[in-house]
Amino acid sequence: MSTRQFGERVTRNNDPQLLKGEGSFTDDIPLPGALHAAFVRSPYARAKILEVDVSEARDLDGIVAVYTCDDIGHLDQELPLLIPHDCMTDPRTARPLARDDVYYVGQPVVMIVAIDRYVAEDAVQLVDIDYDPLEVEMDIEEAVKDGAPLVHHHPNNIAADFTQISGDPETAFAEAEHVTRITVQVDRSTASPMEARTVAAHFDHISGQLTVWDGTQAPLGVRGGLASLFELDEDKVRVIAPDVGGGFGQKIMFPHSDEVLVPLAAMTLGRPVKFIEDRRENFIGSNQERTQIHHMELYAKKTGEIIALRDNFLHDTGAFIPYGIAVAQVASTSIAGPYRIPNIEVSFKAVYTPAVPVTPYRGCGRPHACFAIERAVDQLADDLGMDRMEIRRINLISDDEFPYERDGLIFADGLKVIQDSGQYLKALEMVRTEIGWDDFEAKQKIAQSEGRYLGIGLGFYVEGTGLGPYEGGHIKIHPITGKVYVNTGLTGQGQGHETVFAQIVSDQLGVAVKDVILVEGDTGTFEWGVATFASRAAVCSGNAIHKTAIKVRKKVIEAAANMMEADISQVDLEDGHAFVKGTNRKVALSTVATASNPLRYAFNEAAKAATQFAPASRHDGPALFEGQHPGLEDTDFFSPECATWAYGVHAAIVEIDPITCQVNFHKYVTIHDCGNMINPTIVEGQVLGGFAQGIAGALYEHIDFDEDGNPTNASFVDFLIPYATEIPSLEIHHLQTPAPGNPLGIKGVGEAGCIAVGTTVASGIEDALKHVTDRTFRHVPITPSMIQEAIVLGST
Amino acid sequence: MNKYRPNIALVIPDKSDDPTKSITMRINEQDITRTVSTRMHLADFIRHEVGLTGTHVGCEHGVCGACTVLLNGCSVRSCLTFAVQADGAELRTIESEANPNGELSVLQQAFADCHGLQCGYCTPGMIMNIRSHFDSGEKLDLSDDGIREMISGSLCRCTGYANIIKAVRQAALQLGKG
Repeated sequence: MSTRQFGERVTRNNDPQLLKGEGSFTDDIPLPGALHAAFVRSPYARAKILEVDVSEARDLDGIVAVYTCDDIGHLDQELPLLIPHDCMTDPRTARPLARDDVYYVGQPVVMIVAIDRYVAEDAVQLVDIDYDPLEVEMDIEEAVKDGAPLVHHHPNNIAADFTQISGDPETAFAEAEHVTRITVQVDRSTASPMEARTVAAHFDHISGQLTVWDGTQAPLGVRGGLASLFELDEDKVRVIAPDVGGGFGQKIMFPHSDEVLVPLAAMTLGRPVKFIEDRRENFIGSNQERTQIHHMELYAKKTGEIIALRDNFLHDTGAFIPYGIAVAQVASTSIAGPYRIPNIEVSFKAVYTPAVPVTPYRGCGRPHACFAIERAVDQLADDLGMDRMEIRRINLISDDEFPYERDGLIFADGLKVIQDSGQYLKALEMVRTEIGWDDFEAKQKIAQSEGRYLGIGLGFYVEGTGLGPYEGGHIKIHPITGKVYVNTGLTGQGQGHETVFAQIVSDQLGVAVKDVILVEGDTGTFEWGVATFASRAAVCSGNAIHKTAIKVRKKVIEAAANMMEADISQVDLEDGHAFVKGTNRKVALSTVATASNPLRYAFNEAAKAATQFAPASRHDGPALFEGQHPGLEDTDFFSPECATWAYGVHAAIVEIDPITCQVNFHKYVTIHDCGNMINPTIVEGQVLGGFAQGIAGALYEHIDFDEDGNPTNASFVDFLIPYATEIPSLEIHHLQTPAPGNPLGIKGVGEAGCIAVGTTVASGIEDALKHVTDRTFRHVPITPSMIQEAIVLGST
Repeated sequence: MNKYRPNIALVIPDKSDDPTKSITMRINEQDITRTVSTRMHLADFIRHEVGLTGTHVGCEHGVCGACTVLLNGCSVRSCLTFAVQADGAELRTIESEANPNGELSVLQQAFADCHGLQCGYCTPGMIMNIRSHFDSGEKLDLSDDGIREMISGSLCRCTGYANIIKAVRQAALQLGKG
C-alpha cells in the first residue's frame, strides 16, 4: 500500500495554476460580446421614491438597456426568505430593484446595461431619482424600542423574538450564591473577500439553456433560486462557481439583486452580461454581519461553579432578514461555550435597522457568543477572587462527560446541541504551559514597576461544525488517462478542497494526489448537495467522497481481479495500478476502467481489448450483465446525525504602548482541535487566516454609519483591513480528538481561528491596564482611543 | 418552445463615444498595440484588451495591491494608472514570472511549498510586488518584521500572511538575496 495521504502535509494541487495567473475567476472567463451591468443605488438609508427618470441615461451612447422595477416583469417581487423560522413575524426580504421605498444606502434601484462598465457608470450618474428621506435610527438599542422610526410597516422594528431554555434555569437562579452581570457589544463588520461578488450569464435561446458563472458559495442554491424565479426546469439552468476569491460567508447569501437581474438581462438582450462588483459596492451592497449587544448573567456558587446562565441579546439584522435567524441562533446555542452550565435561558430580539442586510460572516454568531461568555467568566473570576485559568478548569466539560447534550437547545441545523467530543481540560493545561501562565505574574510586576502595561489574555471557544443536511461525492476513473475525477456539489473559495479531497481519494484508489482532479461547484457536473458554510465542506463532502471512494475501490479490485485471474483478496492498489500481492502482475487503472466499459470502437491500445470483438470479451449474452454499470464510477452521500463540535483555546501576552495606545503582541498561542486532520498545513492555513480576521475584528474593523445611516468608511482606505504589519505571529498547537459521528473522524476548521480572538485580546488589554483603570473592555473592536480614554479615566 | 427569447430587432451599439488613442507597449517581452479609450485603466487594459487575466482587481482605489504589475521595473498599481500613461513602457505581469517551460519560479515554488496562498486572488499582485524588491538589488531584511514591511503593499484576506512571510524568506535565501 502507498503511504497514507490522509494526515500528510501535501502541497496543494491547484497552486501552480493560481501562482501563474492562470486562475479562472468569473471576470477571467472569456465571453465574447459581453455587456456590462452597473447599478444606481439608494443614497438614503430610508426614503420614499417619488419619481425615477431614466430618460437621459437611456439616451447615452453605448447604453443597451435600463431596468427599473417596472421593467423586470414578474421578478418585481420580494426575493425568497431562505431559512424560515416560526419566531419571525412577517419577515421581510428585498426586491431585486426597489419599488416605492428604499431601506438602506446602497440598495439597488435601477440597473444599467452598457457595452462597457465605464459607460454604464456614466449612465448611473444620469439617472434622476426624487426621494423623500425618512427619519432613521441606526442604534439597535434605540431601534428596538416602541416609537422608534420604523424600517418596515410594522408596529416596531423587531424582526424575530426567540427564547430557548435548557435545564431548569429558574430554580438554579434562586440557588445561586453569586451573580455576575455584564453587557458586551460586537460591532458590525464585513467579510471583504479580495474578489468582490461577481456574476456573468449567457443564455442560449435555441436550446433554452441559461448558464451563470457566479462567485458564490452556493451554486446549487443559486440554481434552485433562478429556476424557481424564472420558472425553468432545473436542467435548463447551469450555475458554475469558478475560482472564487474568498467568501467568508458573504457569498453564501443569494440571490443578491444582481444574481437575478444579470441572467434576466442576458435572456432579454441575447448577449452575455456580467456584473463585477466594485469595492465600494461590496461595502454598501453586499451583506454584512456582527452587531450584537449581549446582557449576560452568570449564576454561580462561591466555589466558582456556574450553575446557570441568562443571556438576552439584540441582534442587528439590517434592513431585511433573508437568511432568517441563522446568525442569532448560532450565537444563542453556542452561548455556554465549553462549560458545563446545566441551566440556560437565552433569548434574543433581531432588530431591523436601515442598513445592509445581515447574513453570516466567518464565525456566524460564534465570535459574539464567545465574547459574551468569556468576558463574563473573566468577570466572575474577578468577582470571586479566582484565577481565570482556575474558574475555567472548574467549569469545563470533562472528557468523560461527552457527548454532552444541551437539552432543549436547537442548533442552526434544526437538530439538538450535542457537544460530541473533546479534551477541553487538556487543551487548557496545554495553553497554560505554552503561554507561560504561571510565570506571568512575576513578569507583569516587573513591567508595572517600569511603567509598562503588560497583560495576559485568555479565551476558550467551541465551534459546532459540519452541519447537514448532506453532501455527495461522485468519482470516475478516466479510461484514457487513468486520472480520477471527483465531483461534489458544494464549492471552494480557496480552502484547498482540490487537495484534501484528493488525499482522501488517493488513499482508497492508490493514485497520486495530483492525479485526482476535483471539479466542484458546477451544477452541470454534479447536482446534489447544499453549499459551503458552517465549516462543513470537509466533514460533509469529505466523508461523502470517502464513502464513494471505498465503493469505487471495490469495483476496481473486482474488475482487476477478474482481468488478472486472481482472487480479490490478493489484489491491492498502488501507484495508479492494481496488482496481485507478492507478484509482478499489475494492470493500470486506465486499462481496468477501459476494460470495464464494453466498447465497439478500438480508439486506442487499451480499447482494443475492450471491444465486443476482442477475444477476452463476453460472447454469450449482453456485454453488460443486468444491473452492471459500465466503467469505474460511483456516487455516495454523507448526512451527519448532528453537528460535530471543534474547540480550542487562545492565550496572548500583550503590551500597550502608553503613548500611542497601540496593542503589541509578545506572544499569541492557540491550542486547536478539529478532530483528525486531513492535511495539517491546510488546517493551519485556515486557523491563521481566521486568526487574522479575528485580530481585525478585535482591534480594527467596523462599519461606521453617521446618524443618517450613511456608511462613512466604505473603502479600503478607511475600513482598516490589516496588512502583514498588523498581524502578530501565532503559535499553533494541535490536539486531535476524533469526531465520533463520521467515518473520517474529522471536524470543521473554517471558522475556528477567528472566534476567540476578540475576547482574548480584550482580556489581555484589561489585564494590562487593571492597575491603572477600572475600565473594562467589553466592546470590540478596541480602538486606541478607547484605551487612551481608559488610561485617562484611571481608577476611581 | 422556449419561454425566454431575446427582444427582436434590438440595436446594440458596438462602441461608446469615448475618445480613443493608439498605444504601444511591451508586455512580457511582446509588443502590443491597441486603440483604447483614454480613460481605461491599465488593469482593465491588461486583462480585457490584452487578455492577461492573471492581474486581478481588488479595490480600484490603490489600497489592496492585487493589481500590482511592474512598469519599467517598478511596482505600480495598475488600477491607478491609465493605459495611455503606459504608452511606450515595458510591462511585466504575473504571466512572466514562471520559467518559459511552465515551471514555477523559485518565488512561486516557495509560495506553493509554504502554503502562501489560499484563494489566490491577491497572489499575483503580491508576487509582482515581491519581485520588484528581489530585482531591486537592495539587501533585503529577512526578519519577520522586515518581510512584513516588504509585503505591506498587499492585502490578503485568506492567509493571515504568516505563510507568505515564510515563502518570501525561503525564496530570498535560495536566491541569495539575504
